[in-house]
Amino acid sequence: MIRKVLSAWVSLKSDRQGNLWGTVLPEQGPEVAQVVHGQLGLPLTMMVAVDERAKSGVYRLTYLFSLIDKPAFLALEMAVDGQAAEYPSWTPAVPAANWHEREARDLLGVVPVGHPDPRRLVLHGNWPHGYHPLRQDAPSEVAATAPRRFSFRPPGEEAMQIPVGPIHAGIIEPGHFRFTAVGEQIQALEANLFYTHRGIEKWCEGKPVMTVLAAAERLCGVCSLTNSLAFCQAVEAIAKVEVPPAARYGRVLLCELERLYNHIGDLGNICAGTAVALGTMAGTRIKEQLQQLNDALTGSRFLRGILVPGGLRRPLAAEGIDKVLREVRRDAAMLADTLLGHASFMDRLDHTGIVDRATAWRLGAVGVAARASGIDRDCRRDHPHAAYHELRWQVPVHQEGDVAARLKVRIEEIEQSLSLIEQARAALLAMATTTTTTMKPGDWAAVIDEYPAGRGWGVAESPRGETVHWLEIDAQGLVSRYRVRTGSYANWPVVVAAVPGNMVPDFPLINKSFELCYACSDR
Amino acid sequence: MFRLLWHHLAKTPPSPPIAAAQTDGHAGEAVLVRPLPDGWCGTSVHMRHVDCGSCNGCDWELSALLNPVYDIQRYGLDFVASPRHADLLLVTGSVTRHLQEALTMTYEATPDPKVVVAVGDCACGAGPFSGAYACGTGAEDHVPVHLKIPGCPPSPAMIIAALRALLK
Ligand code: SF4
Repeated sequence: MIRKVLSAWVSLKSDRQGNLWGTVLPEQGPEVAQVVHGQLGLPLTMMVAVDERAKSGVYRLTYLFSLIDKPAFLALEMAVDGQAAEYPSWTPAVPAANWHEREARDLLGVVPVGHPDPRRLVLHGNWPHGYHPLRQDAPSEVAATAPRRFSFRPPGEEAMQIPVGPIHAGIIEPGHFRFTAVGEQIQALEANLFYTHRGIEKWCEGKPVMTVLAAAERLCGVCSLTNSLAFCQAVEAIAKVEVPPAARYGRVLLCELERLYNHIGDLGNICAGTAVALGTMAGTRIKEQLQQLNDALTGSRFLRGILVPGGLRRPLAAEGIDKVLREVRRDAAMLADTLLGHASFMDRLDHTGIVDRATAWRLGAVGVAARASGIDRDCRRDHPHAAYHELRWQVPVHQEGDVAARLKVRIEEIEQSLSLIEQARAALLAMATTTTTTMKPGDWAAVIDEYPAGRGWGVAESPRGETVHWLEIDAQGLVSRYRVRTGSYANWPVVVAAVPGNMVPDFPLINKSFELCYACSDR
Repeated sequence: MFRLLWHHLAKTPPSPPIAAAQTDGHAGEAVLVRPLPDGWCGTSVHMRHVDCGSCNGCDWELSALLNPVYDIQRYGLDFVASPRHADLLLVTGSVTRHLQEALTMTYEATPDPKVVVAVGDCACGAGPFSGAYACGTGAEDHVPVHLKIPGCPPSPAMIIAALRALLK
């Protein structure tokens, strides 16, 4: 079907995993984008740009779309001339490409002609003009120029602007928000993020796979496990290794533990946004209990250092976790019931920060944000990995798209996570073998040396949504390009769309209902 | 709501002990790298957190200090919303290029005498991404640091122990 519809522009080939590959001419890009997204209804997963001027004189751009009837992807490649370094933008046809194309313009200097927003995205500070760090010939360090201020859109008449951040009044990550408000009511919001941009993708270039694994775990504190899982799956896709069952079930267990402590922590945060101190404390207490469980199970409160390409570093001692999880189930259910049954609390949440289905779809929402707006997407089910397709569970979906719907999706996902953990634990205990990796233990560096060159990607569902890691490994076994698109990166434009029409004091609540990270979006 | 309150007061098992959660902080001991300024209060310390590009791991451990398990307020330490109210700045992250200005401004907005604590390997100048083009090399390059708490991230127990050692 897809092949036939696209045959006028591209001929598609499928690879071993069922992914479809094709090459698009730059001038035909917008037309193809319109067909793929508008007509066939495929959501954009990510776009990655690579500087290949030294080899073939071009920048290679790959737009990755998720197939909806199959667990695979459609990868459309495009060669952009290295001299001219411009191409017709896909964003008018695929609004979700907005940030990807702006990022490629900042970091590689490839210009999307006709893009609706010409402002900088990632490098907004004191960077000299013409510095594009991901170009192969870019110097690794440049002197700072005078600070450049981000050009926010001017407010209309009688409106005022309220600047907030980058340093906020709590223990939160940095970002700048600019509200245009008339009295209490917000008319528009602009977010200027990427304050925690560290340049990790460039740092990873030329490094061995195991070094990059440690980097993947430190992109983001609270999505550590999902990020390392997506990275390991990218390596496994390139090296074509199978993961043994004990590791696949172990990965489900770990991934759900991450969701659990994040989601329950967010129940507490929502309470902080509505000044329900009792709920805040109940939430943080359960979260602490779960982080101590993480620590006991893996030696890290953030589940770091346990995954490895090919499996797990060591078997999980999952026997004892059921006692804590029984308590968590009871306490979380009590907290959730109390909140959902509390009229004055729910009154703040209902009809606040609404994202309708069309907006969520247009902007490419993922994760809880998508599922609370009626979009039934979850890559644990849609792109099966680990052992998710062997377990019984459901994807909760709500239609209203407001803060209350996002809270309800989270609460229902907590139940699903607990059930998944229980099933994975039972499967692990029933397993005769505890082999947790297909690769030789011990010297990982030597194992990695055997990896063939290639490119691939891994997908995992973080507590914030679908997270994709794109990886290219060269003939020496070193990483030559690494790009990370996390659930937060996809969802930030959705937060911005949810706010207009609400009151200024409701912004923290709306923001918390999405519960996005800055660090793994900024990288 | 009352059921929840009752449950937490009466039925919840005692909070997990602090000592059970120390493993992430194995990286080393906190070090005082600069003497505390003359006339600094040293009791009832008000702290302001400044995220200078952390991965959020260190930040979460700081916010864990406020949960009922660690309950940092009982030691005479508390978080405040503005640097104007602070006696102490807690810096996390490697001070990325985009946040240098924010850190300097926050430091200048804090009244003297003030203490700066670098929390985590990144802020201590030994972060995992040292050398990346926008990463920065720790708090010391921009503000005078008094106490360094290493770890990736240091555990809440370790942060508490290090901060309490500053109190008179
Ligand atoms: S020290 Fe580790 S946990 Fe803390 S901000 Fe840096 S990478 Fe994150």
